[in-house]
Formats: sequence, C-alpha cells, structure tokens
Amino acid sequence: MTLSNTATGAIAKSKRNAPLINENVQAVGLFLISLIVFLLFWEIGARFGLFSQGMPTASKTLQEFCWWTTHPFFNNGPNDLGIGWNLLISLRRVAIGYILASLIAVPLGVLMGISPVAYKAFNPYVQLLKPVSPLAWLPLGLYVLRDSEQTGIFIILISSIWPTLINTAFGVANVDKDYLDVANVLGASRWRTIFKVIIPAALPNIVSGLRISMGISWLVIVAAEMLLGTGLGYFIWNEWNNLYIPNILVAIFIIGLVGLLLDSVFAALEKFVAFGRNS
Amino acid sequence: MNGAMPTNQVSPSAQLSIRNVTKVFAGKKGWFDQLTRKTKADFTAIQDISLEIEPNTFVSIIGPSGCGKSTLLGMIAGLMSITDGEIVLNAQPITGPGPDRGMVFQNYALMPWMTVEENIRFAVETVHPQLSAKAMSRVIKENIQLVGLTGAEQKHPHELSGGMRQRVGIARALAINPQILLMDEPFGALDALTRGFLQDEIERIWEQQRKTVIMITHSIEEALLLSDRIVMMTRGPAARVDEILEVPFPRPRNRETIDQHPAYHALKAEMESHLFRETRAVEAARIQRAE
Repeated sequence: MTLSNTATGAIAKSKRNAPLINENVQAVGLFLISLIVFLLFWEIGARFGLFSQGMPTASKTLQEFCWWTTHPFFNNGPNDLGIGWNLLISLRRVAIGYILASLIAVPLGVLMGISPVAYKAFNPYVQLLKPVSPLAWLPLGLYVLRDSEQTGIFIILISSIWPTLINTAFGVANVDKDYLDVANVLGASRWRTIFKVIIPAALPNIVSGLRISMGISWLVIVAAEMLLGTGLGYFIWNEWNNLYIPNILVAIFIIGLVGLLLDSVFAALEKFVAFGRNS
Repeated sequence: MNGAMPTNQVSPSAQLSIRNVTKVFAGKKGWFDQLTRKTKADFTAIQDISLEIEPNTFVSIIGPSGCGKSTLLGMIAGLMSITDGEIVLNAQPITGPGPDRGMVFQNYALMPWMTVEENIRFAVETVHPQLSAKAMSRVIKENIQLVGLTGAEQKHPHELSGGMRQRVGIARALAINPQILLMDEPFGALDALTRGFLQDEIERIWEQQRKTVIMITHSIEEALLLSDRIVMMTRGPAARVDEILEVPFPRPRNRETIDQHPAYHALKAEMESHLFRETRAVEAARIQRAE
C-alpha cells in the first residue's frame, strides 16, 4: 500500500517537473494518432460497407475537399456556386446582422448597467426573448420582410443580440467601485466617467459578450440559410437534395474552420483589452 | 493652542473643521423588509466627532479595525453623506467631492487600461481641463519625477510592483495640486520593506510641499514617523475620538534615529496600550456574539 502510494507520488512529481514542451509534443502525438485511427476506421468501414450505403470514403472526401478549396470561385447559377462565393455570402450576412446587433446591444447594455431602473424595465424582454430558438423567427421574418436576404440578417440580429447585451450590462453594473471613486473624487462629469472609466473598465466583459454573439451568429446562419437561397447552409441543403455526401462533409469542415478563425480573432481581442485582468 | 483638539469651539486658523459629525448607516425597516423578515437596525458608525485640522499639518488617524476611520475619510472626501454635523473646508461646508482634496487609495485604484502617464493625465485633465497641452505634460512629468517613476511612464499598472503602483497613486493625487491629501491606509497592502521605502518618500515629499495630510493607518511606527498629530479613535459602533497625541519630533525625520528622541517610547507605549485596550474589547464583543 505504502509502496504504491509512493510510486504514484513519484509519477505525479515527474509529470509536474516535465518541461512544457514534452506535454505539447505528447498532445500533438496523441492528436495525430487519434486522427489516423479515425481516418483509417472511416476509410476501411466505408470500403467494406460497414456504414449505410452511399457513405463516402475518407479519401474520396479529402479529394473533394482539395477540389473545392482549389476551385473556390466559380459561378454556374445559384445551384452550382463555388464554395468561396457561398462562404462570402454567409460571412456578409453574418457581418451585417452581427454589427447591427452589436450597435444596439452595447449602448443598451451600458444603459441597463448604469441605471437599475432601465435594468429592471428591460430585463423581462431579454429573459423572454433570449431562449427563443432563432429558427422560430424565420416565418415571421419572411412574412414581415418578404425578402430572404433581409430575413437572414434579421435572424442573425435577433439571436446574436442577447449575449452582448447581457455581458455589457453585467460588466457595466459591476465596475470596480474604486475606479468610480477615483472619478468621483476628481469631480469627473457623468459622460467623462462613462466613456473614460466605465466602458473601458467593462470592456473585457463586453468583448466576451461579443465573442459569444459571434459564435451564435455563425451557428445560426447555416441553419437559417437552409431555408433561404444561397450561402454555406444552402450549399449543404443543395448537396443533400443531390444526395452527394462528400460535399456535405467538406462544407461541415469549412464551417468549423471559419468558426474557429472567427473565435480566435475575438480571443486575441479579449487578451488585448484585459491589461493583466483575468476575464 | 492644540491644533487638533476635540473641541466644539471653531479654531480660527483651522483649514478643516469637523464639527459634531455623526454617521448612521440606515438599516432596512420598510414594510417590504418586514414582510420578508430581512429587517436590519440602523448602524451608527461614528458619533459626534469634532476635530480641527490646521494647515500644513500631517495628521494620522489610528484605531481598531471597523472603528469608522475610513467612513470619516470618506465623508471628508465627499464620497459619503454626513448624517449629522458638518465638515468645513476653508470656511466652505463639504457637500460632495472636489479637486481641493486628493485621495490615495489602499489598493491603488489605478485604471488598468491606462499607462502610468495616462492615469495621471486623466486626473489632471479632469480637474484642470483649461491647461495647455504643454503645461499639462509638464505637470504630469513633474509629478512622475517627484515619486521617482521617470522611465516607467509608458508602463501599465500590471507591469509594476505594488510599491510602484502606489507611487503612481500618490503622483495622481498630488498632480491635481489639492489643498488636502487624504490617504486611506496607503501602505497597508505592501510588504514591510516597500512600506518603509514609501514612508521615507512620503516624508521627503511632505518636507518639500508641506501639504495638509490626513492619513489612516494601522501602524504605530508609521504614524509616529510621519505625523504631527495622531488622532486615536475608540472602537465602533459609535466611535469617538479618544485622544489626540502631539508628536514633537523635529523634521526632517529619519526612521533610524527617530526612536532616540526622549518622547518616542512614551508615545509608542501610550498608543500601544490604547490600541490593545480597544482591540481587546472588540474581540471580546465578537466572541460574546459568537457564543
């Protein structure tokens, strides 16, 4: 018993003392091994018909991926559009809807954070509308706006507004009292306090909110586009109608990759506004 | 005449008069609180304190924790309302914060997103917006130099040690050229060595500027090293001024030779016995409540 205890203790200790590089090398190794196992399982499984009929092999999917990424911009009508065009269409919708949402959410969040009355007055709307699925807005958007493009933007707006709004209000309401005291003692005006102290102090929370909102926009656009005309979501829907699975897998991979890139931009921004604070 | 006597007569030479000041934190007694059984009685933090502070004096306030020292300082700063009585600065009753009072905070309260230079600039710009860019830069530079931070102007607070951060805090408070400097346990969060360095800096700066200073502290040695007068408060609730000590040591003072003054040990002993007595009573009350 004692022996085994000291043995595990020794292992834990050697692990703790191991330089960081070893841990990273181990992680990369494990990642590569798991990837190879997964691809092999997929390839062999597909070749021997272990999965459902028509399931493409890994090599076929990879081949399609190479073709689509090397031919991103061609245009043979809405049902045969390069993946680069579709990506740009999706990104454009996300950008417009997301920026509009942020332009509403940040000022409103600041107001709700500063004024307890505004918080209590507007919080019921937030709590009621926040849990509604983005797709529930789709028919309403189509009926009111009578335009698929605008409806897509509207859905992005309505679903990505909440995290930014809530995080901004939280950050502003919880600004360190010391900072406010500093501004107070100096006799800073209300506006100066808001712009020079409160907003910069709440910026880490605001950016966290913007990051979550961006993630949600990217999630929602693909779903919304399946029912609209163009974009990555429609690409997937179209390939489903063609029953060509490799292209669906290619699109899934590209959606994931772009989402990852967008998120890392915001992660870097979070770091940039932290100034030694943990957010 | 004793410059900081607890008196109801107003001293004509006083810069700051605290007259019969009481602070009561209102409890919760409304119908809604009674309904939810969350009533809380009123809490009298300080009761009927009077104090006259003359210009160019360094006054320390010392007392057991929770005795309302910070509350008193908060009221002088104008950050807290006064329940009863008044505080008069240069014949003007204090109704809110103002640039005639500079404040140094215990945990520095520097804006983390501003550099050293920007932190000080924020204060100067707020108080003296009419200054030309050139004059503003000069004031900022002078005050950075005063606290010995030249070269660190473009650093952010998280890149500085605690001692350096508090130097910025002091420079920011002095840069607006206040009439009174308020310090709320300015060195409480620092290690002993850094604390000593900063006390020496404060002594040096005080010799240069001779501003009126009100400092809250827990440290007997710190109070003796820096102050002209030491106000000793009783324990809360309803804290009062117990006694005011005159510190007769000649200036400039030196921490290594100050204890050779004949009055040093008697003063120290008196403060110790006061603090021990009050703190013991606080502890006894706490234990009784726990039982």
